[in-house]
Amino acid sequence: MSDPVHERIKKQIEQDDVVLYMKGTPVFPQCGFSSGAVQVLSHLEVPFQSYNVLEDQDIREGVKTFSDWPTIPQLYVKGEFVGGFDIMREMFESGELQEMMRDKGLVEAKS
Amino acid sequence: MAMRVDEIERLVKEALPDAQVVIEDLAGDGDHYRATIISEKFRGLPRVRQHQLVYDALGGRMGGELHALALTTSPPPSEAS
Repeated sequence: MSDPVHERIKKQIEQDDVVLYMKGTPVFPQCGFSSGAVQVLSHLEVPFQSYNVLEDQDIREGVKTFSDWPTIPQLYVKGEFVGGFDIMREMFESGELQEMMRDKGLVEAKS
Repeated sequence: MAMRVDEIERLVKEALPDAQVVIEDLAGDGDHYRATIISEKFRGLPRVRQHQLVYDALGGRMGGELHALALTTSPPPSEAS
């Protein structure tokens, strides 16, 4: 019997191209790492759907087992787990994140 | 609740015996650390898997006892052949 919370998460990450599970909201992030994740995505000018795990304890715990990743924020692109803030920042600094977004057609290639 | 630097190092080295581990205490509260870990076990693994290996080594303390551990992981530089 599949986990109903995992089913909800699966639906959420397939519904939007870029999904960020975070503490708080993009306008009012409640944690430094979540705030950093929002800034990275805003800098890339990539539209994303965010979910405030502080308002949903099931999702807050569910995403940790869903991706075997113990912390929040968590970034998903096209249904795939990309990583937490550390990995987002590393990929952003190396240009990998921009490349991934371009390859998946989520941002136009800058001339 | 917090964790001490030597405890984190011990746990990581138990799981990754060859690991070189450098840990900085970012906030002095035993709760916010930066760790740079180099191990052959990371070779060929995507970053996410590398970090998951470290979290597994910490046995579920990540996100609980340990609030923040900024991780930088990599395999040792391969000797130029």
